[in-house]
Amino acid sequence: MLKEFEFVGLLGAITFTIPFVTLLLAWLLRPKKPNPAKQETYESGVQTIGDTWVRFKAQYYIYALIFVVFDIEAVFLFPFAVALNQLPLYALVWAIVFILLLFDGLLYAWRKGALHWT
Amino acid sequence: MFMPSNFDPSQIPLVPIVFWIMTLFTVGGAIGVVSSKKLFHSGLYLVLSFFGVAGYYVLLSAGFMAVVQLMVYVGAIAILILFAVMFSRRPMAAESQANRQWWLGLPLMLVLFVVLVVTVGSVAWPVSGAEPTADTVQQLGVAFLGSYLIPFEVVSVLLSVALIGAIILARGKVEGEETN
Amino acid sequence: MQGVIDFLVSLNIPYVNASVARYIVLQVLAAIVAVAAPAGLIILTWLERKIIARIQDRLGPNRAGPFGLLQAIADMVKMFTKEDITPAKADRLVYNIAPGLGMFAAIMAFAVIPFAPGFAGTQMNVGLLYIVAIGGLGTLAILMAGWASNNKYALLGAFRAVAMLLTYEIPMVMTLVMVAVVAGSMSMVDVVEAQSGMWFVVSMPVAFLIFFLSGVAEVGRSPFDLVEAESEIIAGFHTEYSGIKFGMIMIAEYVHMFALSFFTAVLFLGGWQIPFIDVAALPAPFAAILGLISLLVKVFFFVFVMMWLRGTLPRFRIDHLLDFGWKFLVPLTLVLLIGVAFVIRLFAPGSSVGIPVAAGPLSGLGMPGQVVALLVTNLLVLGLALVVVSSAARRTRSKALRAVSAVDSPVPTAGK
Repeated sequence: MLKEFEFVGLLGAITFTIPFVTLLLAWLLRPKKPNPAKQETYESGVQTIGDTWVRFKAQYYIYALIFVVFDIEAVFLFPFAVALNQLPLYALVWAIVFILLLFDGLLYAWRKGALHWT
Repeated sequence: MFMPSNFDPSQIPLVPIVFWIMTLFTVGGAIGVVSSKKLFHSGLYLVLSFFGVAGYYVLLSAGFMAVVQLMVYVGAIAILILFAVMFSRRPMAAESQANRQWWLGLPLMLVLFVVLVVTVGSVAWPVSGAEPTADTVQQLGVAFLGSYLIPFEVVSVLLSVALIGAIILARGKVEGEETN
Repeated sequence: MQGVIDFLVSLNIPYVNASVARYIVLQVLAAIVAVAAPAGLIILTWLERKIIARIQDRLGPNRAGPFGLLQAIADMVKMFTKEDITPAKADRLVYNIAPGLGMFAAIMAFAVIPFAPGFAGTQMNVGLLYIVAIGGLGTLAILMAGWASNNKYALLGAFRAVAMLLTYEIPMVMTLVMVAVVAGSMSMVDVVEAQSGMWFVVSMPVAFLIFFLSGVAEVGRSPFDLVEAESEIIAGFHTEYSGIKFGMIMIAEYVHMFALSFFTAVLFLGGWQIPFIDVAALPAPFAAILGLISLLVKVFFFVFVMMWLRGTLPRFRIDHLLDFGWKFLVPLTLVLLIGVAFVIRLFAPGSSVGIPVAAGPLSGLGMPGQVVALLVTNLLVLGLALVVVSSAARRTRSKALRAVSAVDSPVPTAGK
């Protein structure tokens, strides 16, 4: 199995250097004239007031949370998917139970308005 | 050239090199998490640590676990943690990581470390030199729906309960906001 | 590829034995991939500007070189020589790493693609999951970019982008599970070989559509491009990026688009296969070249479709986007997965090796029967979903109508 990841490692090593090479090349080629006006935070020409602070919107966190749950569900479904042909027919029922339980969670979230983007 | 004539490039010990790189990622990432002054950087060091662990899984011939580690930990949980960080702190604030109670913490930590090392080192871990078969994922699947069926279904229940619980908690906060 | 390795060994270069030769060939392949992926950008940007221009009834770039072919090179030169303006209070380390990470993730996705029969960099038996994992890395890069810019709008843009990416990753992963079910393996090479009977786009058209649409959303292309909605929140998460770093973000996006086309072609259109010709049986150089050309034709078809979509469709609103993802696509893919798993199990040939399992009841109908059953299941599930959605819409409409028409009596404003 280690053999299979060799190519990934080789590609990773090369790809890792590409951003550095690009940035180095650009650093060599470009002018450097820093100026406080240029470095202000961009807000369509208006002065920034106060710190950068975005209002806490629980909705973002809920989406990430539901995503975690379904991601783990997918992780469990992949072994089921490749082993399907070696399983007896009734094992399919159990997998359907698995999927439906999580579907149930999604339905609960839906009905309680957790999926509603306010 | 300057290499001996019996130098065989295929004998370069690749596995130890990769192992030590992954150790650097894991342990370095862990140190970065606790010592970084900005919370967001701590989150990113944690991601580095996750990469190191994924590398370990590859070295242990558990390719499926490595990819799952990347997919779930880096792709989902790290994002969740970073969301929490970004919502809960003033951005860009650098906080000192010095701990006033180090005179109590340091001896305790040393004792814990010694206990762990001695315990782990004194166990005769059963190590098999056998190479795992190529169809590990199939075997996992058969196990999930065969001998480990109950844990498989319990995982589903656990995930649903976690989802429902988190929604109840989070919706409570949202409704609290909306009534203000 | 084995032929190339053997050729290299036969040259008897000092220090080169069989395993070293293998490493050299792999390294060269990795280098080609790592360079070709961003270099494909040059073709892609030219294509995009020309196609969008024609859709909008104008010519597109035609000054820099014949037909504007050197336009991308001119743009590249411009990017390299632009001054780098880092906002004053930005988090320098993360600000600089984020575009690089985006590029890294985009190019790494090419590691598992089988380019021609025998020419896959790796036969990783978890290839499908690898694609998903690399996508997650790209999401992280966006979050880092938005945060490090120290700009309200960049942060807001990053949050919205990540919310959308997370939403559409689920249907994409579920369609990959479906592909794994039908192919019986998570390895990309096995998926291509499993399509030698019938391409998956024919037997699972709905899965193909969902995968492609979710993929377009993942890349952040129109009509899902609120990630870079130029008119909405300035420029989203890359507001504060200029010059080469912006260039790197754009490279990451185009390479990601390129990678998505490759995935769709490999997973649903049979990769390097050509209908009615057994490519793998041809002699070695011809098989590789023919396979690669066939793959590239399919890839550029999808690239064209994505540019076509961009030029034609208006942008989606974020709440429509998220509702569509969570309330339509996720349930649809779950039900479809159940259906597909059912059909495949019913048609499974029994195996006496390993764990002896009785064949599925319908295995006598063989491959054509399986294809037809999958197709029927796909269309049935889609039809069912559309019926449910239209009846739900009808109910909402009639409720709204009743609320509007009952002007005299006090209308209870129940939540929708």
